Order: sequence, then C-alpha cells, then structure tokens
Amino acid sequence: MSGMSGAGAMEPAGARERWVRTGGVELCVVELGERDRPTVLLVHGYPDSKEVWTEVAERLATRFHVVLYDVRGHGRSTAPQPLRGGFTLEKLTDDFLAVADAVSPDRPVHLVGHDWGSVQGWEFATVGRTEGRIASFTSMSGPSLDHFGHWIRKRMARPTPRAAAQLLGQGAKSWYVYMLHTPVLPELAWRGPLGKRWPKMLQRVEKVPAGSYPTASLPSDAANGAWLYRDNVRPRLRRPRSDAYAHVPVQLITPTGDAFLSERLYDGLERWAPDLLRRTLPAKHWIPRTRPDQLASWITEFVTAREEPAARAPEQKAPARYADRFGGQLVLVTGAASGIGRATAFAFAEAGARVVAVDRDEEGAARTADMARLVGAPEAWAECVDVSDEQAMEKLAAKVAAEYGIVDVLVNNAGIGLSGAFLDTTAEDWKKVLDVNLWGVIHGCRIFGKQMAERGQGGHIVNTASAAAYLPSRTLPAYSTSKAAVLMLSECLRAELASKSIGVSAICPGIVNTNITATSRFAGVDEAEEKRRQERSSRLYGLRNFPPEKVADAILRAVVRNEAVVPVTPESKGALWMSRFAPRALRRIARLEPRL
Amino acid sequence: MAGDTRQRTALHSGRLSAGLSGFREVQRLSYECAEAVAAQLRPGVTEREAARMQREWLRDRGVRDWFHLPFAWFGDRTAFTNFRFPLQFFPTNRRLEPGMPFILDMAPVYKGFSADIGYSGSLGLNPVQDRLMADLRAHRELILEQVRECRSLREIYEDVERLMNRQGYANRHRAYPFGVIAHKIDRVKERRWSPTAFGFGTQSLKGLASDALHGHREGWSPLWSPYHFSDHPPQPGLWAVEPHLGFRGTGAKFEEILVVTDSRDPEESAFWLDDDLPHVRRWAEEEKAA
Repeated sequence: MSGMSGAGAMEPAGARERWVRTGGVELCVVELGERDRPTVLLVHGYPDSKEVWTEVAERLATRFHVVLYDVRGHGRSTAPQPLRGGFTLEKLTDDFLAVADAVSPDRPVHLVGHDWGSVQGWEFATVGRTEGRIASFTSMSGPSLDHFGHWIRKRMARPTPRAAAQLLGQGAKSWYVYMLHTPVLPELAWRGPLGKRWPKMLQRVEKVPAGSYPTASLPSDAANGAWLYRDNVRPRLRRPRSDAYAHVPVQLITPTGDAFLSERLYDGLERWAPDLLRRTLPAKHWIPRTRPDQLASWITEFVTAREEPAARAPEQKAPARYADRFGGQLVLVTGAASGIGRATAFAFAEAGARVVAVDRDEEGAARTADMARLVGAPEAWAECVDVSDEQAMEKLAAKVAAEYGIVDVLVNNAGIGLSGAFLDTTAEDWKKVLDVNLWGVIHGCRIFGKQMAERGQGGHIVNTASAAAYLPSRTLPAYSTSKAAVLMLSECLRAELASKSIGVSAICPGIVNTNITATSRFAGVDEAEEKRRQERSSRLYGLRNFPPEKVADAILRAVVRNEAVVPVTPESKGALWMSRFAPRALRRIARLEPRL
Repeated sequence: MAGDTRQRTALHSGRLSAGLSGFREVQRLSYECAEAVAAQLRPGVTEREAARMQREWLRDRGVRDWFHLPFAWFGDRTAFTNFRFPLQFFPTNRRLEPGMPFILDMAPVYKGFSADIGYSGSLGLNPVQDRLMADLRAHRELILEQVRECRSLREIYEDVERLMNRQGYANRHRAYPFGVIAHKIDRVKERRWSPTAFGFGTQSLKGLASDALHGHREGWSPLWSPYHFSDHPPQPGLWAVEPHLGFRGTGAKFEEILVVTDSRDPEESAFWLDDDLPHVRRWAEEEKAA
C-alpha cells in the first residue's frame, strides 16, 4: 500500500486518478490495473468513501481493470446543492453511468457494491436504462430498497409468528435508519463527537483492523450521506417498484454476523434475481476491510466465470449444502487417506472447497485428492506428511502457504488407536499414540493456526477428539488420555482465538466404521492375538456400521455454526450426557472389561 | 480368465454342465433387456415406469416367473441413501433427470433357468459413476481370484469391503437383506401359476429356503454375507455376485453369475459364466482406449 496522499486519503499503489463531471457534481475516480482487462467497478457504502475498498482493489488489480469512485457528497467528490433531493437513486444511477462510460466505454462493467453501494447497485442492476452496461453484480450487505419494501409488505400482509419475528428482528437492526431521519442531529453528531470516536468504535465493535481507514473525510461523508437515507428510504419502502428484476447475474455475499441486516432479508431473492449465486461469510458488516482475501477470490471467480463462459462448470447441478459457505475456500485435512478424514475431504470438496489431503499413506492421500476433484473440488492436492514430525509439518505449512494460500479450515483428524490395560502399555506405546494423536494436533494448530491468526481474516480449526475423551474405560487408557488432551486443547484454543475470529471445534465421533480398528495396536498381547482382536473389533464396528460420511457432515455443520464440542453418534452423545449428569454410572461401566 | 466357457462346460458333469448354457441364455437376455430399457430412458421417466418397462420387455420374450421382480433406482437411490427398510428398495415415483445415475436390477426365470443381473448407467454424462464402474473391475478380479483360492466367503467379503474402502467408497451391498454380496441361484420348476411375494418369486424362494435348510445342516449358506454363517469355503453351484459401490449419493454395481465347481484345477474351480457382458466389454474398450 502506498503512503498517504491528498487529505489523508490512502490510495492503492499504481492508482490513476481522474475526475468525472455529471449532473452538477464532480466525482473523484481512481483506476488500477491494466485498462484492457475486464472492468470491475467498486461502489462504497455509508459512512465510507472509496478507500473502504483499498485492500480488495489491490488484490483485484492484478487480474482486472479496477475502478473506484467516491459517491457524490463523499470523499473527494463534490456534494450536490442543495443536499435535499440530490441523493435520489435516479441521480446516483446517472453518476454510475457517467463513470462507467468514462472508464469502460465499450464493454459492460462488473459491478460490486457494499452497504449503500450495494443498495445503489441493485438499482443499477434492475433499471432498464443500464441494460448492456453491467456484466455482473456482486452485492454485499445492502438489499434493494424495492425488494425490501416488498419483503416488509409480504410479512405485514400475513403476519404469521415467523413473519412477525422477522419484521421485528430487522426493525430492531434498523435503529440507525430512524435516527438518520431526524433533522440536523445526525450531522451535529458526526461532525462532533461521533465522527471523532467512530474509528475506535469500528475497531472495537466491528473488528475492523486499525490503519488509515476511515479517512479524514469521515465527518462530512457521514453528514452528507444521511441524505441517502432521507431521499430514498421512505419513498421506496412506501411504493416499491414492482419491476425490480435484475437483468444481470448476481452474486450475493452475506456476512452472517451483520449487526444491521438480517440474513432473512434475502429469503426468496431468486424471484427478483433469477441468476443468483449465494455466498455466506462468518463476519461482521465491514467485510471489505475484514475479509479482503475472501472477497477478492469470490469476485475474481464470479467475474472470470462470466467473462469466460467456457470456464463455467458445465453441469447445472443443484449446489451442495454449504456450498455458499465453503466455495473456493482452502481446506486442509490430516489423516485424509481413509475413514473420517477422507469423508471430510470429500464433503468439503462437494461444497466447492479446494482441498489439501495430508496423510502418511501417500497412495491413499493421492486417491482422496483425485476423487475430491471428481466430486467438485476446483483444485485438490495430496501431501505425504507424518503429522507427528514437527519439521515436516513446518515444511508443509510453508509449502501450502506459498503454493495454495492460507488455510481457511484446518481439520486435525489424523489419529491412531491403542488398546490395552495401562499396566501392559509400554512407554514406547504411549509415545507413539501421543505423538500422533496429541502432538499431531498441537503441530497443526500451532503452525497453521499461527498463519491464520497472522492473516487476520478469520478461519476455523477442527480437531477430531473422541467419545473416549470423556468416557473412562479400562481398555483405552492411552487413547482416551490423548483424546481428552485434544478436547481440552480445543477448548482453550477456542477461547484464545475467538478474538481473532477463528473458531475451534472438537469432534467426538464415537464408534464409526473406519479402518482405525484394523490398524490399532493392542498392548500386552502377542501378535496373533492382536490380529484376532483387530479383526474382531473391525467386525463389531462393521456391525455398528455408522458411516464416516455422517461424521463429515457433522464437521461441516460444526464449522458453519461454530460449535465447540460435537458428539456425533448416539452413544457419543449419551456418554457426554452421562459424563455431566451421571459420572458415577460411567465410572462403574468403565470397570467392565469387554471381551474381544 | 476370458477363456472359452463352452469348452469348460463340456468338461463338467451332471446337472450343472447341462444347464450352464440355459443360465447363460437367460443372463444374456436380461442384459439385453437392461440395455434396451436403458436406451429408452428419458428425463421424467419414473422408477416405476422403468421397472414396468423391464417387466414388459421380458414378458414379451417369454419370461413368466421371477427370482425377483425388476428394480430400478435413480439418483441417490442408486447408493441406497437413507435406506432403512427393505420396502425402500421397491421402485418409487422418483423421476430421472439429466446426468442422474440409475441402476436396473432384474432376475427373470426363463425356461426354468434363473439369472440375476444389475446394470448401472446414467442419463448423459456422469463422471463419478464412470469412475465407480471402472473401479468395479478390480472387484470382479478379486472375487474370482479368492474364490479359486477357496478362501472363506466371509473373508472374501471382508477383503472386497477393504478394497472398497481403499478406493474411497462405501460398501452398499451391506444394505441388501442380510448384507449379502451374492446369493445362490438355481433352476426353477416351471409352473402354470407362479405368484410372487414381496417382489420375490415363490418358486425361487422355495429353492433358496431348501438350500438354506440343507446348508444349515451341512454348514454352509446360500447367502454370501459378512456374518458367521458365511464362514465356509465357496459352495459349488451358481452364485449371483453383486458388489455394489456407493460414493456420496452415486452408486454402481454389476451382478452376474459366478460358477463354482468342485474341481481341483483352480481354473475350473470357479469362473464367470459369461465374459461377454456390457460392463466387461466396457472395461475392455477402456483398456484399449488407454
């Protein structure tokens, strides 16, 4: 990023500035990237200026001709005189067309809007006079006022409990809209104490990283921008247009933690935007500041697919569950050559994630990567690494970061089984099981977690613990100890990483039909007896026949909902319940010796 | 493996060898039916309609009795997703859509000989199912090899399951009644009236039941399952073998007759009844293309 320029404005490196005169105002426009590339036009929201896009624009500029402009009355653009009536959506559409004609006279532009930029974008994408000037529209955190008007009407007309709850929920989130409709007071507040405190509030409440944003023009941006609401909200909500159909493909990016907009606002949006691609992001309102990497990658993917129709996936299959959440994300799974790890890799692949399959078993990992591509992963790689080898894990992390990117979801799943009485378990046995089950998880969390935290754009870590973590037994002392450690590690890490928007989940599967039984070590018995017990336990697990795919589904759900501890099978849930409410009964059961 | 079975047939003695050509004829007829019906499948056709098409096709060619009535599974029903009750195997009103995988499974009795076949395909391209079908080849080879080695059926079952897991698939024949990968089939007496019960021909069920009774006394079972009662070497006779792979909502299987004899020569102890079947031809073509 370049240093400050102008009145405290920060402009991305290589930016070219120009001015566009239209409808009595002068708009400050900035261009990045080569002009012959497809044009991506970024429109900012309220109370912002084009600098809200700096991080995203820099990332997009390597592939596209990126254009930003200050909306009239914001940043360095001039304000209309008088202000009242100068911010109607019709006038904003004139501005957009003027900018689009200036920067890309021959080709339609790819429109991206955040907050009020998105509200405007919906207007641009649904009115007739922009047809042929827009190639695609990416909307974040800003509904069409017309759609919103219909949304309210529909729920008012039939106020079922659910509809009423949705109305009240959004009504409460819109408190600031009512405030902005009072005369003079908002202006006074923004030019006074609120304007001064706003940057700190953004950092504290919205987790926007500190830096040169917001710019020095914030008080006047916010004061002028109040007219966006006053000029448009009431008329549009009272008489929403009935023809507000999008004539372009739309990508809708919804941050799930948005304090101002309910996710429910977009229910049934397919009616208005037939070509709709949904994305969700666990983040708060200011995603252009907090999640620039993810936005840049989704915008790139969406725009590229529209520019090169051949690059679009040929099949028109219904999108898999959670495809909105994991599409294009980088997921690394350890122990991915079989069982739960493999099923998890496939589940993420089906949701459109890019998958790194890590395992000691090179052939198995390669097969997983191969099949992952087949079920929908845009890219998948196999890496042969022993998770207990710290050096190898460091090397893996460096390679992944350099070649594939920073991991968005890490699944520390690799584990081995060890059964046998404590007094029969040798120190060597202990070391082996702790090395993989505990140290493997520690290395993963430490090395990849650090990368995630340093990037500062959130992420998620899933650790595969076990029902044995809270289920004492006389047959699995070492295994249970290692898994109990993983469970507690996950809980502690969850507390620590919460402030960095990184979620941590511990999965406790229970008895699942995988090959862990066939490779388990049985301490204190000879080889023949070990083999017999492996076969016997495999058969028992086979009879139970709980498929690893269901565990994989639970893992995806846990990431989406950011769950802390997830027991999967009924016996695992039952054991968790008993460990809380009937620990003595569990201790009695632990004394029984199962015959294998 | 692809040796001339006719020559072999001549070597066998008794009831079995005389009948092999009859079994081969009905198996071929069934696969012809599967291919004919598959070629007629269009978007919007339901499972019930596909099952009826098979039934009528075979009826027109003289089939009057069934080991079981034809089944048809579309979409994720090919992998038996969420199957809990045997009734869920029966054809439903699920409609075929472009790209959807399907499986046709039928077991007609023709001139007193029965066959049981399974045919997997998809409406248009389905790369996932193509991969599953290609990977089934290893199972056909593994099963034959291990039967020739006279290993216990239960162990073979487990080895097949292990191979499936290694390939990344789920074992879906476990969803069949008794989790069978195969069952014995035999000649069926032709009667004027041949009713079915729950989709199965009563004559064939009677044969299976009597086999089960004999087997129970002698320590073998006509059902090739993962359970204790299949812990015996392959029993001479005809086995309809049906390994069924499942992978995230897509399933694929083949089903054909494996002949097991009491010959000591491994080549003669077991062989596939017919090597000129759609899936075998498909593998040969793939091999040639590669």
